[in-house]
Order: sequence, then structure tokens, then C-alpha cells
Amino acid sequence: MDLNYGPEYDVFRKQVRAFIEAHSHLAPPSADRAAQPSSKAVEWQKLLIEHGYAARTIPQEYGGYGAEPDILQSRIIAEEFARARVPGGLSNQGISMFVPTLLELGTEEQKRRWIEPTLKGDVVWCQGYSEPGAGSDLANLKTSAHIENGEFVINGQKIWTSTAKQADMIFCLVRTEPDAPKHGGISYLIFSMDTPGIEVRPLKTMTGHAEFNETFFTDVRVPMHQIVGQRGQGWFVANATLGHERGMLGDPDALENRLQALIALMQEERLGQGRAIDNPVLRDRLVALQAEVAAMKYNGMRILSNSLRGEPGGMAKLIVKLQSCELAHQISALAIDAMGELGILYHNSPRERDGGAWQWNYMFQLGLIIGGGTAQIQKNIIAERGLEMPREPKTADMARQKQGAD
Amino acid sequence: MDFGLSQDQQMLRDAVSRCLADSSPLSHVRECAERDNPLSDQVLQALNDLGVAGMLVPEEHGGLGMTLLDAAVVAEQLGYAVAPVPFLASQVLAPIALRDAGNEEQKAHWLPKIASGEARIGVAISETIEVRDGAGVSSAAGKLNGTALYALDFEGADAYIVADSGSRLHLLGAKASGLEAIALTTIDRTRSVGELRFDGAEAEPLADDGGATVARLRDAGRVILAADSLGAGQAMIEKAVDYAGQREQFGRLIGSFQAVKHMCAEMAAQHEPCRSLVWYAAHAFDAVPNEASLVACHAKSHTAEVYRFVARTSTEVHGGMGFTDLLGLHYWFKRIGFDRQVLGGPEAVRAEAAALQGWTKAA
Repeated sequence: MDLNYGPEYDVFRKQVRAFIEAHSHLAPPSADRAAQPSSKAVEWQKLLIEHGYAARTIPQEYGGYGAEPDILQSRIIAEEFARARVPGGLSNQGISMFVPTLLELGTEEQKRRWIEPTLKGDVVWCQGYSEPGAGSDLANLKTSAHIENGEFVINGQKIWTSTAKQADMIFCLVRTEPDAPKHGGISYLIFSMDTPGIEVRPLKTMTGHAEFNETFFTDVRVPMHQIVGQRGQGWFVANATLGHERGMLGDPDALENRLQALIALMQEERLGQGRAIDNPVLRDRLVALQAEVAAMKYNGMRILSNSLRGEPGGMAKLIVKLQSCELAHQISALAIDAMGELGILYHNSPRERDGGAWQWNYMFQLGLIIGGGTAQIQKNIIAERGLEMPREPKTADMARQKQGAD
Repeated sequence: MDFGLSQDQQMLRDAVSRCLADSSPLSHVRECAERDNPLSDQVLQALNDLGVAGMLVPEEHGGLGMTLLDAAVVAEQLGYAVAPVPFLASQVLAPIALRDAGNEEQKAHWLPKIASGEARIGVAISETIEVRDGAGVSSAAGKLNGTALYALDFEGADAYIVADSGSRLHLLGAKASGLEAIALTTIDRTRSVGELRFDGAEAEPLADDGGATVARLRDAGRVILAADSLGAGQAMIEKAVDYAGQREQFGRLIGSFQAVKHMCAEMAAQHEPCRSLVWYAAHAFDAVPNEASLVACHAKSHTAEVYRFVARTSTEVHGGMGFTDLLGLHYWFKRIGFDRQVLGGPEAVRAEAAALQGWTKAA
């Protein structure tokens, strides 16, 4: 057990700290980093890339900083920005999912055209994967593209397209080979959200806000070269990025920040003559959550160590999405309980705390438990890939078995 | 940066694991559990041959001078094998107490004997955590009076180290006059605990350090109990997964049913981060002193909750068979039950964790 990063990393950490101290006054408020980043957020992003604190390992020819991948340096950057409570680089689906996909599977021309403006916040992307009939069973998607005059003509509907309203572009899974098997008939297309035939309708959720949209395609015409990978290979192209999304949802610094906010809330919130934290039952729940956050923090360090040794994350990694999303939800639940009757204030009510953020989080985090692979799908993955338990018999096998029995 | 076990620690783990697989199969555990004194000389001897007895004894006293993380690696294997041997008190707490608070004479007398396996010392500090049944020990003029419940590694101890109500430690021989030692019977027939009644018993005090060593013993004990549960829980998860992969009902392996699969996945998902938490807590005991007590509390209380869930869930995955004596699954269930209660149940430990962070108004 050696938790020191080593002297060269201590020097690096000092550099990061010095940068943050000297420049944090230029950082945008976190709201400015929303779907369509403010000009301040875009400037901040450019400054971070220039110093290697965003897009660090993206090659320079594509607009990145061009450093060699170094997990510990990336970790130090994340730690130091979190510690200083200064927003790091932009984090959106274009940067976290589309750029890595292009780097891995895009053509040279696609890389040169799209990566730099995406990194710099000049082009915003949305993701067109899920459909009303294709959630956990994503490969069941029905949105189709047939070929007409050398163009894809897309018809169908996507759902959960966050940032579709603000997005300039979409990366989208469509069925291009109707006769191919389920996973083999899908292509990964990229096109402008200004293309005629696209309609975006806000999808209001239980939070009262429309964090997502439904996106409808009616005869949307897309040139045939706007595809990543080959026709029919979209499933494999998309899977390269789903891994990135799952990684994104398990962030130990984010859990730690939520916990610290909860501790502060419980120390400030008055309850009778004392504070919420003086209530032994609430305090007991707080310490229990603190222990869980600690366990996830060290689990994260273990995953990091495994990566440094070039070993797969294994079970430690498979459980991150399930456990982190649930834990984040429980942190919000305790905050609401600690506020008692005031915990239900919302919609800018008088006496509302933190702009209703705890209730919003509590509800939105339930969405995160469901999204990006539901908790139940996660458990299937843990059981089948992690524990090597027998797979669910396919529906077709069961029908055959039934026939045999008859 | 390397968060994990060193190569030496992995070798230690593998050696102890092999040793216990040979010396302590379930059939032997059963034999031991039937006896009044369940502790196994055969298993103890096999472990002593590996040097386990002297792990925490400093080198100048004939031991190996190893760390609590090394001891936690062993504890995990003991839990995995539900090994009926003394360890927590006699090979972890007693050497730490003597090392940190013993005088030169006490160290010179006891530590080499602990290291060689010649002597075993039981430890009773439970009243510094919670007082039950009005127990408690007072000391005056070198004599002890009162009762200490829960002397750990009770049977076969040559001496006991006992905390008085002022959190000062005292050492006395098992045969000291004025000491009555009464075995207690717990659900866990792989460990031995007892009650010590003092009626003017003569005892040697250890250093008067304001309770510092007792606090260290609580931290170490909690980490070791957490590690024991980690191993016992690992075994219970493996057994559940194996069973679900063999047992058929409705013409299918029960492990292919999502209801069963998800029970196993939930166990694994809760279990996995515990490993990292226990490792860190053990590491912190020696290397990160300002975090050691808090993270020991976290490890103890969190594993208590997780492995209670694992113990019942694994039993349920085994269906009716899990409930029988035939499979012997209950030895692990009970071992986990013991680990949860001893040296503070999760509520008591979390209250202590809150106090450590200044979250509790002074009572």
C-alpha cells in the first residue's frame, strides 16, 4: 500500500494549484457550463486546454493539449479542481462520448473537422440513442434510414435527448440494414440539428423541468459520408462510448462534494433548540453514508491502481454505477429528511433551501439510477460478467423448450 | 502509488489460505464447535508454523514487526475459513498493548512468548465502549475489583489484559487469586469469550497514557473484525453463486433467474467497496494516524451492515438447505454475527465516529 503519487507528481500538483489560484477569478459559475456554454465558460475552457487542464490527452492537431495519457495527472487535476471548488473543463456528451468515439473510430477528416470545435464549446452535440421502444434493450431501436439518391433518409423518434434544443449536431443510432440481425443492422450517423425534418419537443420530468427532449425525424436527409464506422457497425461504434458514459456517472469527487454539502446543511439547519446534526437518528444516518462514501472513494483508488498496473477494473469497476447513483440518491434523501417539513419546499417557495436543489437532486438522481443502464441491468451485468452466473435463457430458447415440452 | 496489497502481502494471503484449507476444513470446524473449548490447537500450530503468532511483535522481541494491514490479510482468511483459532486478542491486541504501553520487563517477559506461540493473552476492553449489566472494573493499589465481560480469546489464555473504568490497562495471570473466569457461550462456536470477575485480584498496570492505548486497541480490533467479516462474506457470496449455478428448479439453474441473480449482484456490489475500505483502515492504523480512528469506525460499522445483509441473503439463495446444519453455512452466518456485535455494534461505533468529528455536543 503506497498512497504517495511520488515527487514528480507532487510537483505537478503544485503547478495545478498555482494555476487555479492565479486564474480562478476567470472561472464561470457552474450554471454557465450548461448545455449551451456561456462565453465566459467557453473562454475558461480555452484557457484550460491551453494549460493542459482540459482535453489533456487529445492530440494537438485536433485541438487538444497533446499530453501523454497519465492517469495520475488526470486524477490530480480532478482532485485539485474539486478541492478548490473551481469548475474544471466542459463536460458534455460531445466531449465525453463523441470525441473519444471519433478518436477511436472516426476518419482523419472527421477528426479534423469535429474534435476541435467540440472541445472548445463551439459545437454542442446531443445523443440520439434511446427510443420509446428501445431503452434497456437499446438494440431494438426502430428509427430507420433508407437510401435515396445517395443520401440517408431518416424517419423515427428518439427520446432522452438531453441538450437537443441547444445542440448544433447529433450523433445518432439508426437502423440502416432492415434485414440484418438486430445488432448488425445499425449505423452511427452524425448530422446537423438544423437539418429539415427534425422536431424537438421538451420532455418534462418529475422534477418539473425539461432536462430531456423527444426528437422526431421526418424524412431527414443526411449525406452518406456522415457516418462513423461502416454501415451496420453502429452498435459496436456506440458501445465504445457507452463505457465512457458509465465511467462518467461514477465520480468519487462528486459524491464527496455532495456529502460535504449535506454535512454543512445538517450543521446549519436549526431543529428546535439545536441543529439537525444534533438529532441522534439523523446523525447516525449521516455517519453511515459517510462510511459508504469513504468505501467508494477507496474503491476508486483501487480501480486507479489497477489501471496503473494495466489490469482491468474487474468487479471494483462493474459496481461503480449501481453503487454511486444509489448513494448519491441516499445523500439527497437524508438532506430532505434533515429539513423536516421544510424539505418539501420547491418551485422557489419562500423558505426554500439552496434553490430547491436537494429535492431536484433527489428526483433527478432517481433518473440517473434508471438512465445509462438501469439498476436492474447493472445487476445483470455484475452477476453475468462479474460473478459468471448463468445467463437468462433467450426468449427463443424458452419458446423452443416449451414446444419440446408440449 | 499503489492502492492494494504488496507482493509480500499477497504471498502471505495465499500461504494462510492454503494452510487453513489443509488444517481447518469444515469437518474440523464442526468437531471443534462441539467441544466446550472450541479453539483448535492443530490449526493454531499450523498458523504458528507460518509465523502468524509473532506478526505484530516487534523484531527486537523475537517477532516479525509487521503492520495491521498484514494482520488484516490474515484475519480475512480466518473469516473465510471460519477458523476456530484465537487471533484478535492474543495475536493482535495483546502485542499492540504490550508494545505500546508495556514496561521493559513486561515486554521482555511476554512478547517473545507471544511470538513463539508459548503464551496467549486474552483481552477485555468492552466496558470502554459500552457498559452492559453494570459491568466495569475499578483499580486501586494494584488490585482490581468488578467485572469485565467479553474477554476475547478467553479459553487457554495464560494471562489477560483488562481495561479499567479509567481506560487504563492492567495485566494479570489467568490463575491470579481473586480472579474468577467464566466462559460465555455465543452463537459463534469458532471463537471463545468469557467473563472475568475480580475480587481484589492483583494485577500489573500498563502505562498510564490517558486511554491512548485502549483507543488504539479499539481501532485495531475493529479493523480486524471488519477484515474477518470481509473474508466470511466473500465465502458466503462464493457459496451462494456456486449453489445457484448447480441447483435446478423449474427446469433451469436457479442462478439464471433474475430474482436470484440480483440477490448475488447486490451482495457483490456491497461487498466489493468494503475490501478497499478495510485495506485503507488497516493501512491508516500504522501510516495515517490522524485518520485511523475515524476510518476504523467506518470500516467496522459499514462492514457490520453489509455482511449482515450478505449473511442473510446468501442463506436465502441456498433456500431450505441454507437453513439446515448440513451445509454448515451457519458457521459463517454466526461468525459475521459475532463480528458485528463485538467492540461496538454499528450504532455505537457511528456515535463514536460522530463524536470524533465534533458532531456531538458534549454530553
